[in-house]
Order: sequence, then C-alpha cells, then structure tokens
Amino acid sequence: MRITQGCFSFLPDLTDEQISRQVQYCLENGWAVNIEFTDDPHPRNNFWEMWGLPMFDLRDAAGVMMELNQCRKVYGDRYIRLSAFDSSHGWESVRLSFIVNRPKEEPGFRLERHEVAGRNIRYTTKSYAADRPEGRRYG
Amino acid sequence: MDMDTADMTDTVNLREELEAVGIEEILTQLDRELIGLAPVKTRIREIASLLLIERIRKRLNLTSEVPTLHMSFTGNPGTGKTTVALRIASILHRLGFVRRGQVVSVTRDELVGQYIGHTAPKTKEVLKKAMGGVLFIDEAYYLHRPDNERDYGQEAIEILLQVMESQREDLVVILAGYGDRMDKFFASNPGFRSRIAHHIDFPDYSEPELLAIAELMLGDMNYKFSADAREAFIRYIALRKTQPLFSNARSIRNALDRMRLRQANRLVADLDRVLTADDIMSLEASDVLASRVFLKDRSTVRSAEQARDR
Repeated sequence: MRITQGCFSFLPDLTDEQISRQVQYCLENGWAVNIEFTDDPHPRNNFWEMWGLPMFDLRDAAGVMMELNQCRKVYGDRYIRLSAFDSSHGWESVRLSFIVNRPKEEPGFRLERHEVAGRNIRYTTKSYAADRPEGRRYG
Repeated sequence: MDMDTADMTDTVNLREELEAVGIEEILTQLDRELIGLAPVKTRIREIASLLLIERIRKRLNLTSEVPTLHMSFTGNPGTGKTTVALRIASILHRLGFVRRGQVVSVTRDELVGQYIGHTAPKTKEVLKKAMGGVLFIDEAYYLHRPDNERDYGQEAIEILLQVMESQREDLVVILAGYGDRMDKFFASNPGFRSRIAHHIDFPDYSEPELLAIAELMLGDMNYKFSADAREAFIRYIALRKTQPLFSNARSIRNALDRMRLRQANRLVADLDRVLTADDIMSLEASDVLASRVFLKDRSTVRSAEQARDR
C-alpha cells in the first residue's frame, strides 16, 4: 500500500530534478529545508529522525541534494522526507513537507478492532512493517 | 538542441552575445574602480572571453563538459584579492557558470573543527551555503599544518577536493593567500594544484597607484587632500612602503582613517571657529605629517628608542 503523507504523495514519485526545483522554491521563500527519515511511517508518528542539522542560509538546492543523496546511501530502504521550515514571525512552523524516498515494498497497515464495553468498537491502525524490529523493517 | 540543427552554417554574433550577458559592464567597472592590477585585469578578461566562447560552444552542442573554474589568487596583503573575487562571482553568474552568484568568504576557522568528528559537518555546512556560488577561502594555506600530522585541516582538504571534483557545476572555489606560502601549500597538496584551472598573481601596487587609491577612497567618503597634504601623503607612501607589515591598499585605508581622526581632532580643538563645508572635507598637511612614519624618518635612533619604550 502506497503511503500518502505530505505534499505530492498522490503523484508519481518526484524525480531528482523535480525535487531540486521544489527545494529551490522553498529556499527562495527563505524556508530552511530539513531532511528526516523513519522506518515507522504510521500517520500519527510525528517524530521522524533528522538527518544532520537543519540547513539554514542555503542559496541553492544543490546543497540539500548533496545531503539527500548521502541520506539515501545510508537509509535508502526507509522513508525520507523533506520539510521546509518558515522561521518568520507569525509562522514559525513547517510550510511544506513531502516524501522523497520510500522502501521498495510497502506492506501497508492493518485495521484492528477492539470490542469494548457496550459493544463499542475502538479502531487502531498498525503497520505490518513495524512488527519487525527497528532497522529490519524493510528489505 | 541536437547535432542536426547545430550545423556549421549557424552564425553567432559575438557582440550581441556579449551585450546579452552584460559582462562588459562589469569588466569596465573593474577597470574603473580597481587601480593598477594590469596583469589581473588581463587574466580576468581572458577568462571572461573563454567562458563566453564556452557558452556559445555549449549552445551549439560543440561541448558538454563543464569547464573547471576553480582559481587561486596569490599576492601580498591588501592587493585586492577579495574585491576581485566578488567581481569574478558576478561575471560567472552573468555567464551562467554559477547559478546564484553569492560569495561565501571563509577562513580556516569556519572549515576546520575543534575535535574529532567536528570537521566534516562544519566543512559540509560551508560547502552547502556556497552551492550555486563562489566559495572564497582566504589564507587557504592555514588549512594544511605540516608540523602536526593529526591536524583536522587535512580532513577539510579532503572533503573540499572531493566536492571540487564531483560538483564542478554547482560551486566554484577560489583559494587566496600570500604567494610563497601558497606555493608551499600547493607543493604539499598536489590535488589542489591540478584541480585549479586559473592561477592569478596579484602584483604589489606602485606608489602612484597607491596615491590614486587613496584619492579614490577619500572621494568615496567625501574627503579630499589639500595641495600640501597631497604632497605630504606622497612622501608618506614612500616611507610607509619601506616599513615592515606594509599591506598595500589596506595600509592606505588605515592611514586615511587615522588622518580623518586627526582632522576631526584638529577641528574640534578650535570650537569658536566657523567652519565651511570645505574645511570639513579637506585633510591638511598637518593631519598627514603627524603620522609616526615621519617620526621615524626624522630620527631612526629616536624611533628605535620609542619602539623599545612602547
């Protein structure tokens, strides 16, 4: 099951050229682009790990692409996303975030139903991949 | 464009090309604003012409290689290396050889870390900021410390070399430093020498050039020499040049700053006087002659004593 989180996730995967153009758009808006990765892509998982430090004061997307390629070399079997942080007053939050790398196979999620008191049902989504230990979830 | 369309009958109007990129403007500005430096200007014109032709060749599909543009600027302090680097960046930007045209100026401190594992992220951060522009490394020979083999400078050098080679289209590196020490640096790091296409040597300024620089600087600040002061300053330059630690245009700028200080002091000393704009603008001979340089001239023995006492 293809995971759809952030921008562009209903489109075919972006090519490097397209990623680079998006990054350049972010930089021209003065946003700092960060690289994050995870192997637990649950939609409620807000805490992806960061690759390196946030990249402030960049002028050209080539710098971000350099880091992204290095991140792919190490964590190419996981989800990697770019997020663009706007530090200007009043925003101080992420303005754009999109997935730039995903595992070859995405096993998807199962829906668990808990029957609780009064025949109510509570739903939980669980990633099939997350059953395995960290670092061995994909491939 | 493929080879069929770019047949040999395609004509190119060089003048139009030149005007389209607008580097002529930068080159004439360079001629006007930088005094002396004739060999440097010639080299820059040559490089600009080469790049213009390279650009046309690329459009006609005659070449696909990105030319190596890394440079090294050698010369004594204050000969205009940083200023020229800024101009080079805008020339490269106009010609489309760098995408953004910013200049990131760094020294050893910004590249080399303090402890193990600190250097690589630091160097990479600088490189990322310089992507799409020019990385200007001032006093680059400090990166290499031959007396300490565990120095982290070597790590920075390796990362630099790798990026200089693999991302030639993203970044231009300019190394700058004093001539003899840069020679030693290149001798111990042959990788750098071979990756640098243009070695440009900045000559020292002659005395009339230094005077012209001084007058240009004063003009920018809306000051001027009186006739006497100009005479005195000519003598000042001749004396200052013979003294140690002379750093060309930078020394001149510092001397001018001190003279402005003395002028202000002189004007404030006489509060009852009514000043004209001309008084406030002009530096007098006394402002120049009060310099320590002349003191040493009058009596070398006395200055030696003073140096000891100080």
